Amino acid sequence: MKTNKNTIYDIAIIGAGVSGCMIAREMSMFDLNICVLDKAYDVSSGASKANSAIVHAGYDPIPGTLKSKLNARGAKLMKTAVKELEVEYKVLPSLVLAYDEEQMNTVLALKERADDNGVSVKTISREEVLTIEPMLNPDVVGALYADSAIVCPYGLTIAAAENAAKNGVEFKLGYEVSRIETHESLFIINDDIKTKYIINAAGVNSAEIASLIGDLSFSITPRRGEYMIYDKQNLCVNSVLFTVPTKLGKGVLITPSVSGNMLVGPNAQVVQSECDIQTTSEGQNFVFENAKRIIPSLTKRGIIREFAGIRATPSGDDFIIRFSEISSKFLHVAGIESPGLASSPAVAEYVLELLKNSGLRTIPKKSSTRYRKQIRKISEATAEEAAEMIAENPLYSHVICRCETISEAEIVEAIHRPIGARSVDAVKFRTRAGMGRCQGGFCSPKVAEILSRELNIPLSEVTQFGGNSKILCKKQ
Amino acid sequence: MNLNKSLVVVGGGPAGLAAAIAAKENGINDVIILERGSCLGGILNQCIHSGFGLHAFGEELTGPEYAGRYEEKAEKLKVDYLTDTMVLSVSHDKTVIAVSKEKGLLIIKAEAVVLATGCRERTRGAINIPGTRPAGVFTAGTAQYYINMIGNHVGKKAVILGSGDIGLIMARRLMLEGAKVEMVLELLPYSNGLGRNIAQCLEDFDIPLMLSHTVIGVSGKERLEGVTIAKVDDRLLPIPGTEQFIECDTLLLSVGLIPENEIATGAGVELSPITGGAVVNENLETNIEGVFACGNALHVHDLVDYVSDEAARAGKSAAAYLNGDKKESSQYKTIITKNGVRYCVPQKIGTLTPEIPLFFRVATPSQGSTILIYADGNVVYKKREAYLTPSEMQMVKLSDETCKKLNEAKEITVELNTK
Amino acid sequence: MNEKMMTCIVCPRGCRMKVTFEGDKMLSCTGNFCKRGADYARAEIAFPVRVLTSTVTINSYEVPRLPVKTSAPIPKDKLFEAMEKLKTLKVSVPVKHSDIIFSDFISKGVNLISCRSVNS
Repeated sequence: MKTNKNTIYDIAIIGAGVSGCMIAREMSMFDLNICVLDKAYDVSSGASKANSAIVHAGYDPIPGTLKSKLNARGAKLMKTAVKELEVEYKVLPSLVLAYDEEQMNTVLALKERADDNGVSVKTISREEVLTIEPMLNPDVVGALYADSAIVCPYGLTIAAAENAAKNGVEFKLGYEVSRIETHESLFIINDDIKTKYIINAAGVNSAEIASLIGDLSFSITPRRGEYMIYDKQNLCVNSVLFTVPTKLGKGVLITPSVSGNMLVGPNAQVVQSECDIQTTSEGQNFVFENAKRIIPSLTKRGIIREFAGIRATPSGDDFIIRFSEISSKFLHVAGIESPGLASSPAVAEYVLELLKNSGLRTIPKKSSTRYRKQIRKISEATAEEAAEMIAENPLYSHVICRCETISEAEIVEAIHRPIGARSVDAVKFRTRAGMGRCQGGFCSPKVAEILSRELNIPLSEVTQFGGNSKILCKKQ
Repeated sequence: MNLNKSLVVVGGGPAGLAAAIAAKENGINDVIILERGSCLGGILNQCIHSGFGLHAFGEELTGPEYAGRYEEKAEKLKVDYLTDTMVLSVSHDKTVIAVSKEKGLLIIKAEAVVLATGCRERTRGAINIPGTRPAGVFTAGTAQYYINMIGNHVGKKAVILGSGDIGLIMARRLMLEGAKVEMVLELLPYSNGLGRNIAQCLEDFDIPLMLSHTVIGVSGKERLEGVTIAKVDDRLLPIPGTEQFIECDTLLLSVGLIPENEIATGAGVELSPITGGAVVNENLETNIEGVFACGNALHVHDLVDYVSDEAARAGKSAAAYLNGDKKESSQYKTIITKNGVRYCVPQKIGTLTPEIPLFFRVATPSQGSTILIYADGNVVYKKREAYLTPSEMQMVKLSDETCKKLNEAKEITVELNTK
Repeated sequence: MNEKMMTCIVCPRGCRMKVTFEGDKMLSCTGNFCKRGADYARAEIAFPVRVLTSTVTINSYEVPRLPVKTSAPIPKDKLFEAMEKLKTLKVSVPVKHSDIIFSDFISKGVNLISCRSVNS
């Protein structure tokens, strides 16, 4: 879609996280002029890239809330979405583990809640738990069992964004919204972007964005969660393992990731700023000690990376998906903390419904597609497929990331896709180059060199994740 | 492309080169080196400083010069090799699958394989340094690549964590390249680097070496803005109140090396949890018949000269294997290490000869300790060492007579007497 | 008379030596394992020198940098001057290892030599 200074967008979505991108994708099926704005330099730069990556079954939310409705619906829609978008997704059980009678009572209460939410779960015995998870603390007395799933959260976000971009949605990254003016039936963002609707999917900044039109109806508390990732060799669980909330700790879980690593975390620490995504020794120790309660033999050997993400905890307990009381064309999609990832396809569906009901004309766009192809991976190819891929594109035979076996072809493609990678991290999140055990020690200079070549910029201008995160410095 | 080869050497660094050369010299003509980098020599290409080759050649060479000597020899012997070739897997039956920039997909049916895959650096994640994740935090080797291989600058003001030789060498490099190195930090109360490197890399440039110090925080949103350092106690834990903020735009980590054995694991090779490398016998053969391991993939060495020497033995063993000299694995007995001896390579032996050295490392530094080797509880080797440190690999070569005693024994033990 | 502790850099042994000296003249040296230690100490007191290794630009497809070293030690206080000089050098292929890249580099009789061969 050709746009210029005078373009009037139908919808401007603020925030390119999983909610914003899934909404953009959903709305891109219609003949609408849409843009997505994010102050970060890539999509999926906030909570969407740093979370537990679980498609929660939906037993947990309080029945009757928007959360409960969208979680169960989202988990169902996710199965289709990951197929259409070719996103890594894996069905596996989730267990809420109880270590004494009191905790087992909590498990039973969760079972009741699940029934109310219409989500099928069952309680299982100690023996059944230990059959599924032999490495588990043998003190376990039973568990809540649910059919659950894991998904690559940034993979989903990037895929939805690519799909939306292919359908004509415009992405403006590194674009900070600092002013919104209302003129008759239009919003003007930063004196620059004119739009009929605004969708506020700004995550942890959504209250701040709301305040730009004088809407102070909710607040958001940034809560940091720290995680650690284990090498694939150290994966020792087959399911998502939750503990029952106790006085000592709650929320630390152990789960496989779709790539076969093991993810451990998070803690929950209220922080002052959304930028505060540092890891701390206290947080890491808390996570490790709690994880050790689940798997006593766990050691720190095999950890390849730590990270922290910020969850946007809203002032109420529920998702805030409604039009602003100040403006009937300003739609909040805020406070989407867990199970926001699982809910995201349903959030998009719900937003579409709200917009339709508000009078937005939605004429299906013939040229739009719901399908998006993943970058083909040499590591997942059979010998015959690999030979064929290499014959078609010789760069497939040049392996750049040795830990994850990522070829130059995949990296080059990540750079030239819609919303192409512009930094070493952007390549990493699209291809997994640098996500392995050497953490980019060997491949990051090669990736930087490829970025420099493909984007025709000096190597000294290549960044880790955009902005001023330059990897090298100019020669003195 | 499908090929049949007598011997595939995985890795064209110093270990792979020496192994392939030795195999060729011992009558194996059909040998090929598969190297993932764009040229042979491996990591030596970026080690432009001198200090290599004193044992092998009796002179001090730079890394590229040392590699060059072996490349020339390989060239002369017409050792076949492919660069930009990544081995994806080696199966139990020694089928090697690789992708090559030049040849595409390769499926090689090998009769024997030498694994010379080298090692990788420990990262920030492995040592869990808290803080933000800005650009400007490098492993020493990555920075070395940027500077020495492609001529770039990594930063203006640097702090280096880790005083092993790589950390020290990089401190000097950064200074020569015009950056300022604020300090080199060492978690332990002693440096693991050579005294001469402390002298010529740090003292020459007035760089302070801060022992018993570590980095406890990384600051900066986009590019590194500084690190918080602290003194550590004797349990290596940061001492509250000793924190200090050091402004810098670069942090280099030189905090250890880990053998790379993903291909070995895929082939079913048994690994030692202590060395991170394969468990081998005196022929450097792994538990998989006809699969050999050597160099830093087997265990991390201090000196490339020893890597070459060890790898040549692996190549020679592979040649002997291919020439029909096979042994029953039941003949091997495990060498027991205790009392301050962390590991011994080889881990198991059948028939030891005087040419085969035992390599081992001690657990803690000590003065005046005695290395003891027992055959069924009787001391067969004894040597007092003025100074032993974990950073220095110990090499013991045994006499004919001692080897004989060990070969006859049921139980072999290596230990340290610190009294 | 002055006294100073020194680590010999001649070989990896790294002898810790106690050196006494008067001005730039060494009087005594103890702690050295071999003669080279005393020679090093004497030079270190009078006129410290170091071998420099670095890289220079090369017009090659294979590698962007050519590793080089000085054929003999150069004055320690001229290391940075030498580094500046290296920035001005551009080497053309082909080059063989041990080729002289620059004669009388920094010191008379010291050559800058290539540490590897680059063909194209």
